[in-house]
Amino acid sequence: MSDQQAADPALPRALARLVGATDGEVLAERADGTVVRVGDRVAKAHDPDAEAGALAVRLGVAAAEPYAGVLLAPLRRGGPVELPGGRSASVWPYGSPVDPDDPGAAPWEAAGSLLARLHAVPLPAPGRLPGPLPPMRGPAKAARAVARMRSAPGGTLAAAARTVERAWASLPAWCRGEEPPPRATTVCHGDFHLGQLVRHPAGTGDWHLIDVDDLGLGDPAWDLARPACWYATGLLASGEWERFLGAYVRTVRAAGFRGGLAQADPWPRLDAPARALTVQSAALGVAKAGAAGRVPDEAEEACVAACARMAAGAGQAELPAHQGP
Amino acid sequence: MMCPKCGAPMHTYNRNGVQIEQCANCRGIFLDYGELEALTRMEAQWTQSAPPPPPPAGQAYPSGPAWGAPHHGSHGHYGHHGRHGGFGRMLFSS
Repeated sequence: MSDQQAADPALPRALARLVGATDGEVLAERADGTVVRVGDRVAKAHDPDAEAGALAVRLGVAAAEPYAGVLLAPLRRGGPVELPGGRSASVWPYGSPVDPDDPGAAPWEAAGSLLARLHAVPLPAPGRLPGPLPPMRGPAKAARAVARMRSAPGGTLAAAARTVERAWASLPAWCRGEEPPPRATTVCHGDFHLGQLVRHPAGTGDWHLIDVDDLGLGDPAWDLARPACWYATGLLASGEWERFLGAYVRTVRAAGFRGGLAQADPWPRLDAPARALTVQSAALGVAKAGAAGRVPDEAEEACVAACARMAAGAGQAELPAHQGP
Repeated sequence: MMCPKCGAPMHTYNRNGVQIEQCANCRGIFLDYGELEALTRMEAQWTQSAPPPPPPAGQAYPSGPAWGAPHHGSHGHYGHHGRHGGFGRMLFSS
């Protein structure tokens, strides 16, 4: 949800003050999150719509011992801090990200293995978290992307928007956030992409997953579904996809899981979530292009084209969804 | 999938309807649940002089969905369209 509203100039300063400085380097500034770095620490202002209680549980998971080495742990324990104006904020160690100019250098094996470890770790005991773990927010975000497309100026993109709508209509209700997933017993990241990996300590440390804002109980296939979408739409080479998926499968099998996503062909499990994330990317692409008065770029176009193929094949039987990694 | 022994990528071959993963490096072979039985059944058919079933249309690993892009080359788009294009950007955003 970027470039939606004007940034609040006071927010970066308020975040810098949280880590004891008057000013910091703005690493991200979006409607749903602003991140400011001061030395080896970063402060994050969460989505204004984030519910503080749910966020406290998510931060509790990131701080929980079983997730050490998987999720980056917050520096300040005890839940989010309230900024002047009411936004929730949190403080983290700084980790170095994947170079956005060199996605070819992305750590695909580490990514697959980290997600597998996240899925395989048993849930912390109820008393160890400040409340029940909320649902993973992936399907809700897909629905939000489609809503954003609907409210964006259509113009010349009306045909693309109709294609995206047809693909959206062909998805199972749980992938549209209209029903809970068939069984949601696995901790999922909920918004995995290459911007969600950092090395900690910066530069030389191990890769960790960051951003727990959408983390929660859900179908672990959702976490593999964005790379699956990239692969299916042609953004990602088969070699990278195999490295990512191979590391995931090896790690969950080593943890004793069989079947489901650990079987030789994971597509029966991946298909519906990968469709949903393709629709999400297409919807955001159409919304952003419409708002900027430009044509969709090559990647956005590839997602819309995939939506057209989904809509064309929508008469075919849906694949069943299962649970567990 | 990757070879559990040496970590190199494995390629799927279709042998008379049975999918066999073979490691490109150490040539090790991985059989899924039920595949060994399928092979044994085929061997029994062979010794009874029954003609083996014709091989179905070849399917290259990794498989993908029907709605996927028709081409799956060895290079993703960010490889040959430049690193600053929409493809690279999409890998880093929600």
